[in-house]
Amino acid sequence: MAEYRLTAPLKDEDVVKLKIGDKVLLSGTIYTARDAAHKRVVELLDKGEKPPFEIKGSVIYYVGPTPPRPGMVIGAAGPTTAVRMDAYAPRLMKEGMKAMIAKGKRNDSVKNAMVEYKVVYFGATGGAGALINKCIKKAEVVAFEDLGPEAVRKLEVEDFPLIVVGDSFGGDLYIEGRKKWQKAG
Amino acid sequence: MRTIKGAEITEAVAKLAIEKAYKIGDEILRGFEWSLENEKSEAGREIIRQLQENAKIAADGVVPYCQDTGMAVFFVEVGQDLKIDGDLEESIQEGIRRGYIDGYLRKSVYKDPLRRVNTSDNTPAIIHYQIVKGDKLKITFGAKGGGSENMSRLAMLKPSDGIEGVKNFVIETVSIGGANACPPLVLGVGIGGNFEKCAILAKKAALRSLEVRNPDPFYAELEEELKEKCNALGIGPMGLGGTVTVLGVNIEVFACHLVALPVAVNINCHAARHGEIIL
Ligand code: SF4
Repeated sequence: MAEYRLTAPLKDEDVVKLKIGDKVLLSGTIYTARDAAHKRVVELLDKGEKPPFEIKGSVIYYVGPTPPRPGMVIGAAGPTTAVRMDAYAPRLMKEGMKAMIAKGKRNDSVKNAMVEYKVVYFGATGGAGALINKCIKKAEVVAFEDLGPEAVRKLEVEDFPLIVVGDSFGGDLYIEGRKKWQKAG
Repeated sequence: MRTIKGAEITEAVAKLAIEKAYKIGDEILRGFEWSLENEKSEAGREIIRQLQENAKIAADGVVPYCQDTGMAVFFVEVGQDLKIDGDLEESIQEGIRRGYIDGYLRKSVYKDPLRRVNTSDNTPAIIHYQIVKGDKLKITFGAKGGGSENMSRLAMLKPSDGIEGVKNFVIETVSIGGANACPPLVLGVGIGGNFEKCAILAKKAALRSLEVRNPDPFYAELEEELKEKCNALGIGPMGLGGTVTVLGVNIEVFACHLVALPVAVNINCHAARHGEIIL
């Protein structure tokens, strides 16, 4: 299990060196999006329109933060469960998205698309909203402001601690990790 | 007759909601210590250390522990000799409204399950009332995260399924959904009652301290056994593999019909935020 420091946006060569279980400290520019924002982006793409942020090379973080206190850029900002985005993720991969940050298992169509388009899935620590807040240096709403906590935000992050839970070779840490430690069931 | 003002209730509820969003219970912090000793996977221990650090940062009261500050649920025991000066229901709802706005907590409640528009103040809270003896008002509060709630399940087992059926259902529930519910978990298990009572028992159990065992030794033993079996599943902290998946299993039971054996599992995550006030 290797450790890497990466800077987003990401390229294919960043993605293909990553294997499940690797630790990554991510810096750079990432975007937030949840169910409602994904739905709108996919609708725009299907109509042949340009999405409101650059999908190519992008890292998308599934998060719905708490409101920031005055003078802060964002509130608590831990990952949300990925499965709700499974219906939309392959479409974004086709447009060049390179990584997703969330928590929880993905379905097979997502995992297959990750292999096809060379995409990595990072797990962030669920519920560590205050810890992750410290890694976010800037936040700015760039699309769908009407969605409130679900609006798309552009984040500048520094040393965001992540673990590769799905790699571009079909590896799934939720399956492999459990196999290693399972005694029953 | 003793009297409590609605405004007093509102203030106490708002304060409790804010406090719980920032300061995770000592029982969970002790659970993390226990996890560090019992978790065999290094990656799992790393997650636990992150959660300890997260708890420390959040306790300063600036950034909440988890961004999902939950939907509020209450068990309210109203003493029959108590007079409430004001509207009890509205006083509690107003406490949530104020707590979630003034405390910079996330508003995670939709007005309608299908038409999905945010109420913008995290109300309504779900409130279960019970009239009891005495002249006190006891309010048990939980801020229940949606991710772990979504992994919860209920089954109407056959009496012949017996205790093995109950164990299997609990273990199966953790096996299917545990990884997505932010382990290490606290399980609230309801056994008996009827369809809705069983779910309420499970919720009550999920809002109990993980350090309090069922007073009946038979169920206390079952709690320990289930904890051990769930931890043998290998799911581990955050589902990345490991030997600590649950911090505790709490069981609540009630009488049931002779043809029935309902069981419900309400999964609570490490952000098991609950508190109690007596007015
Ligand atoms: S499951 Fe619990 S810890 Fe995880 S995001 Fe939801 S509320 Fe937070």
